[in-house]
Amino acid sequence: MEVNEIIKPENLVYKKSRLMREKPFNFCPGCGHGVVVRTIAEVIEEMGIEHDVIGISPVGCSVFLYDFYNFDVVEAAHGRACAVATGIKRVQPSKYVFTYQGDGDLAAIGTAETMHACNRGENIVIVFINNGIYGMTGGQMAPTTLEGMKTTTCPRGRDVRTMGYPLNITPLLAQLPGVCYVTRHSVHTPGNVRKLKKALRTAFENQRDKKGTSIVEVVSNCNSGWGMTPKQANEWMVENMFKKYPLGDMKVDGKLVMDMNEPR
Amino acid sequence: MEERELRLMKGNDAIAEAAIRAGFDAFYGYPITPQTEVMEYLMETDATARTGMAVLQAESEVSAINMVYGGASTGHRVMTSSSSPGISLMAEGISYIAGAELPCLLINVSRGGPGLGTIQPSQADYFQTVKGGGHGDYKLLTLAPSSVQELTDFIPLGIDLAFKYRNPTMILADGALGQMMEKVALPPQRPRLAEYPDWATNGTPRGKERRFITSLNLLPKEHELVNIRLQAKYREMEKNEVRYQEFMCDDAEYIIVAFGIIARIAQKAIEIARENGHKIGLFRPISLYPFPMDQIKALAENPRVKGFLSVELSAGQMIEDIRLAVEGRKPVGFFGRQGGMVPTPGEVEEALYKQFNIK
Ligand SMILES: Cc1ncc(C[n+]2csc(CCOP(=O)(O)OP(=O)(O)O)c2C)c(N)n1
Ligand code: SF4
Ligand SMILES: [Mg+2]
Repeated sequence: MEVNEIIKPENLVYKKSRLMREKPFNFCPGCGHGVVVRTIAEVIEEMGIEHDVIGISPVGCSVFLYDFYNFDVVEAAHGRACAVATGIKRVQPSKYVFTYQGDGDLAAIGTAETMHACNRGENIVIVFINNGIYGMTGGQMAPTTLEGMKTTTCPRGRDVRTMGYPLNITPLLAQLPGVCYVTRHSVHTPGNVRKLKKALRTAFENQRDKKGTSIVEVVSNCNSGWGMTPKQANEWMVENMFKKYPLGDMKVDGKLVMDMNEPR
Repeated sequence: MEERELRLMKGNDAIAEAAIRAGFDAFYGYPITPQTEVMEYLMETDATARTGMAVLQAESEVSAINMVYGGASTGHRVMTSSSSPGISLMAEGISYIAGAELPCLLINVSRGGPGLGTIQPSQADYFQTVKGGGHGDYKLLTLAPSSVQELTDFIPLGIDLAFKYRNPTMILADGALGQMMEKVALPPQRPRLAEYPDWATNGTPRGKERRFITSLNLLPKEHELVNIRLQAKYREMEKNEVRYQEFMCDDAEYIIVAFGIIARIAQKAIEIARENGHKIGLFRPISLYPFPMDQIKALAENPRVKGFLSVELSAGQMIEDIRLAVEGRKPVGFFGRQGGMVPTPGEVEEALYKQFNIK
């Protein structure tokens, strides 16, 4: 095929969402963050809700969301995204509000805010990037860091006797009656990205239909923090992270559909 | 003048009623003595049914202040109230709000510290309020009421100033003001906002650029400019928003400087001292930031004035600002009670005589 033929509109297979700005990502090459960020933009564009959406980016590698999106974004303090989302949603109940939180943000410093927003059934979407590490600050132990996994603050591997166990937080949140949808995805293959996109759409539709809190977890990589190449990181993720954090729906339309407490 | 409704009200209840009438869109808070009645009143009188105002009990003050940050980012009128330990917990959020230049109203019905301290009135949060509290170079517009009426009036004033400067306003009250009952003239209901500022992140309007709220800047060169802009705003506030009250200062040889509830007690002490033939006046800063520097300086430069006495419910905090204003021109003494203790007018009068060797 000639180049000119490939770029014909009818042959188009993928196009950057118009809700993405020109600003290049600050993510490391191979990182899952960028794929999740642009998938959210695609869903918002396809739903045609970009004039009614407010995103919240707390501190973490995704703190600069407002540089990337062509819709309103509020940067939040580390851990406080769900409180900020609540504050926005309560005065603007007809708007779509979503948070984009790392595992340190959601499951350590912001556990209380997350748990209570979910418990109140705040009608928001929580996107949760579980990469088992503190990416932004250079690879420290996160609550989700796997047993034995090495980080700069557990250089000999996470010792659960002194450092606690990996916190599998979404199944806990799924128990709360205010939460209507909990699902876990990944972005390491095109097929998985498509599934994530569908899940994000469901989450935003839940918000439109005032069903309560929707949580979309993405088990992701941090090749820089893990000290691996992007390819190694994805392989390591499939082999290790997915065992502790298996993919799939946990709660749909307010009903628990899978017992996620026991790692398979 | 607008029609005002007279009522006998407790300070905390008056805060809540004034907030509803000022057309607030949301109150986010967490219970703490001696201000808990604020949220109780909002719930009891069903503020939401009256105006559509959102009232939410957060899981902590950390959460409450970040809810305020969220609500304020959308250009709505949002507030919280708390007391000293709760305000400490809010410090990070307050710094973010100041850094992101969001308007909101904060109220500290302060109590004695440090630590869990006491639930009785104190002014020991003066430094925390006007000198920082949270991290970074920022300023809170700070209003210090000395009556339930002022407390009530400062609620609409506080949020309007906050919007004028895109800056948080703090009302520094104390446990006495929150708990005592006084006659208040309540303003009529004003409507909630129907339009929001251009900067507000409440969904990008069609045909407009997206908005964002942040306090982050990785480049120091850019961030210095942000700080310079903030400082320019603070200088503007210092020029326009100084508030104070003078009582019998015209012929005074000695001046008591006191704010908030203790200024009322000082006034009584002055009345007694005047009966005994002593020319004492009261200078009451109403805005603690901006502090009435020039006005105190002018008094210090007046040859008639022989000295100052700072009277505070603390170990002496505002006295540092008085001394900065006086610049050594006249002696500045201090009298205070701490830990929730409130002096009688007699105690203040005695301290005055002792300080200035008069009888
Ligand atoms: C109050 C506070 N404490 C600590 C930090 C430093 N900090 C910034 S991001 C971060 C961890 C981010 O990890 P995570 O939430 O997992 O996001 P990731 O970068 O991995 O996507 C920390 C500890 C901060 N910004 N604020
Ligand atoms: S540090 Fe890790 S999480 Fe952050 S951008 Fe790089 S790879 Fe992604
Ligand atoms: Mg992380």
